[in-house]
Amino acid sequence: MTDPTTEIVEQCRVLYEDLSFTAVKQWKERTGGRAVGFMPVYAPRELIHAAGMLPVGIMGGGENLEIIKGDAYFQSYICHIPRSTIELGVTGRLDCLDGMLFPAICDVIRNLSGMWQMLFKDKLVRYLDFPQEFTAGIGGAFYRHELEGLLQQLSALSKVTVTPERLRQSIALYNENRRVIAKLYDTRAKTPEKVPTYELYLVMRASNVLPVEEHTALVERYLAAAAKRDRKPLDNARVVVTGAFCEQPPIALIRALEASGCYVVDDDWVLGARYLLGDVKLGDDPLTELANAYLGDTVETASRYEPRRKKGAFLIDSVKKYGAEGVVFCAPSFCDPALLERPMLVEALNKAGVPHTSFNYAENTSQYHVFKEQTGTFADSIKLWGAA
Amino acid sequence: MLLQKKMIAGHFDRLANTAKTGEKAVYTFVPGNLNELIWAFDLLPVHPEINALQSAMRKQSGDYVLEAEKAGHSEDVCTYVKSDIGMMRKGNIGPTGQRLPEPSLLLLSYTGCFTFMKWFELLKQEYNCPVVMLHVPYQADGRITPEMRKYVVKQLKEVVIPKLEEISGKKYDEDKLRAMLASSARSEDDLVAVWDAAKQKPSPIDAYFGGVYYIGPIFTAFRGTKECESYYRTLRAEVEQRAKQGLGPVTPDGKVHQEKYRLVVEGPPNWTSFREFWEMFYAEGAVCVSSTYTRVGGLYEQGFRHDPEHPLESLADYCMGCYTNRNLPSRVDLIAKQIEDFQADGFVVNSIKSCNSFSAGQLLMMKEIEKRTGRAGGFIESDLVDPRYFSAANIKNRLESYFQMLEARS
Ligand code: SF4
Ligand code: SF4
Repeated sequence: MTDPTTEIVEQCRVLYEDLSFTAVKQWKERTGGRAVGFMPVYAPRELIHAAGMLPVGIMGGGENLEIIKGDAYFQSYICHIPRSTIELGVTGRLDCLDGMLFPAICDVIRNLSGMWQMLFKDKLVRYLDFPQEFTAGIGGAFYRHELEGLLQQLSALSKVTVTPERLRQSIALYNENRRVIAKLYDTRAKTPEKVPTYELYLVMRASNVLPVEEHTALVERYLAAAAKRDRKPLDNARVVVTGAFCEQPPIALIRALEASGCYVVDDDWVLGARYLLGDVKLGDDPLTELANAYLGDTVETASRYEPRRKKGAFLIDSVKKYGAEGVVFCAPSFCDPALLERPMLVEALNKAGVPHTSFNYAENTSQYHVFKEQTGTFADSIKLWGAA
Repeated sequence: MLLQKKMIAGHFDRLANTAKTGEKAVYTFVPGNLNELIWAFDLLPVHPEINALQSAMRKQSGDYVLEAEKAGHSEDVCTYVKSDIGMMRKGNIGPTGQRLPEPSLLLLSYTGCFTFMKWFELLKQEYNCPVVMLHVPYQADGRITPEMRKYVVKQLKEVVIPKLEEISGKKYDEDKLRAMLASSARSEDDLVAVWDAAKQKPSPIDAYFGGVYYIGPIFTAFRGTKECESYYRTLRAEVEQRAKQGLGPVTPDGKVHQEKYRLVVEGPPNWTSFREFWEMFYAEGAVCVSSTYTRVGGLYEQGFRHDPEHPLESLADYCMGCYTNRNLPSRVDLIAKQIEDFQADGFVVNSIKSCNSFSAGQLLMMKEIEKRTGRAGGFIESDLVDPRYFSAANIKNRLESYFQMLEARS
């Protein structure tokens, strides 16, 4: 019997590997609409959608892009994603984007926004300054104003007037998408043998280029197909992978991790699609609702200040929620936010008695055997001793 | 210089004696610091970047960095953070050999650098003390909007000041703050005059290597104090006197620096081999007539002054106006303008491995500045406080070729 997910996964793989963004171009031709890119980690895609445009997640060039020009823009000690993104830009692969958003997550992405302003003068370039103060009257008011400014720029670009009703409709679609993604993650954690992580990852990556309605349908189709699989669970170690919220690991690395005897039961890849944890309310003022959702109910990640809870509480919650037996820190080399966060998380895990292992990668790493060996040993030690 | 040494020694004495005096220390970062506000509550400011750079100048940072790496910190991240953590783990002995007090508060002025946030999150875990965050929006479009100002002022009023009141046990005294801001503005006037002096040929100052001494008091614990005012008055008089006499800057070995090339420098200096690094410039007759590092704590030449009439608004503008809080096009504009204003022959980028805030994008900036000004840029790489990343031979070679190129062009 052919594997029921093959067709869907293949569709996602084609989208993932297509660095010419054909799907985006086709969407533009089909609808006559415009497209706006955004960098990791999180961007309020609802606004782009409500302005009648396609939000496009840009996560660098991955393992298949040869860097010819990008290296001339960055010193060797800067992570890889900005150079591959510049490569995509200066080689014309991102010409299909009419604008680009740069969320405030680190100094590299921040400065990349300025580089984009200098290199692509005819495009909309916007830095999204997220508040690090989380009360409604202060950080909320500031963020609402940021959103309002962004919406005006997007509206001007698409020439679509965004009414509150229109925005509410977009929010509802993204709420639905987040719900189905939450289900995807829950299903993987419950039956990892039916939802291999590299497949889940490809399905998630498809959210970067597909219209939200199509992506929601795709996840549902995938879940239905995966449920039909008749597979027995293996005696793998259940792990949470963390640290890769921006520059993504190559697919082969994800596969190596799984092949080494790990079931990944939670991760922080393509985090923007899961950044908001609950539904955004469909209230009278949708901008305030989006701001409130940002202030309150989100994941904890290195680029976000967390004044309320102890560092690592979110990770430990995830370990408990998904029944993980260990944590794999897997972060891009030279990524200050992830690598400075790591010792704090390590301390929290040590206190909680959760085993862990760490390694760094680059999006274009082609040597996986070291990682595989390391996570394999880690998985074995969990299975044998219950601790690394 | 002596005056500055005395000020620093006095401050560290006070910090060392807090156990006896009951005074409390507030750790905070240099760019966009709220020094006057901290003093207005009679709290003692401590700047961990300054401790790190002082450790480097005393050749201790290498050990501190290794200590932090042994404790699990990555080789890839900012070495200021690692030097600070290593110093703390080795007993928190400050630059004057005295023990630093633990912070009663970490005032996280989140200006111009994301690493600051991680740094104080790490310290919070170590000291288990309160943190207050002041989130300073970035000048992404090259300007400060009224909403940005409002956001910072609100945080000051509703978050930062109440926390300082709680820690110090004192009420916010706006008149006291105003008096300090007026004093800051007077020092700022004098500092601008010092920078301006470098427009003369030959320049009486080196505005990068010498410049780091000139910014010491005003960017750190002393802005707003009487000693600071008197330091800048004296400095200005000295520099103006040298200018009148047509003298060049003084080098560390006491000789006068002969001016052959006038340069603008982008990026922080290396601290572990500071003198050796400086010598590579003055030995070739290169004088730095302006620099961007000396603007991390404010761009006063563009007219900003702390303003006693609008105390919190001006603190907000100060925080947002720091060099690294400006977008890349604004940084290019600034360097191009410095090259013109100071009649520089070229510019050098010292790209710092630790510092993404400065370094990411510098190569494009360089191209753009060359295009705009027609002056050649030189490019070198080093680190702030990690001696492993200062390759003297390499840097010297690069600089020599760069100077040869300038020579050929002139
Ligand atoms: S990988 Fe890390 S350092 Fe690099 S751009 Fe992303 S968040 Fe910033
Ligand atoms: S990254 Fe740069 S600005 Fe930030 S703490 Fe390190 S040296 Fe300072």
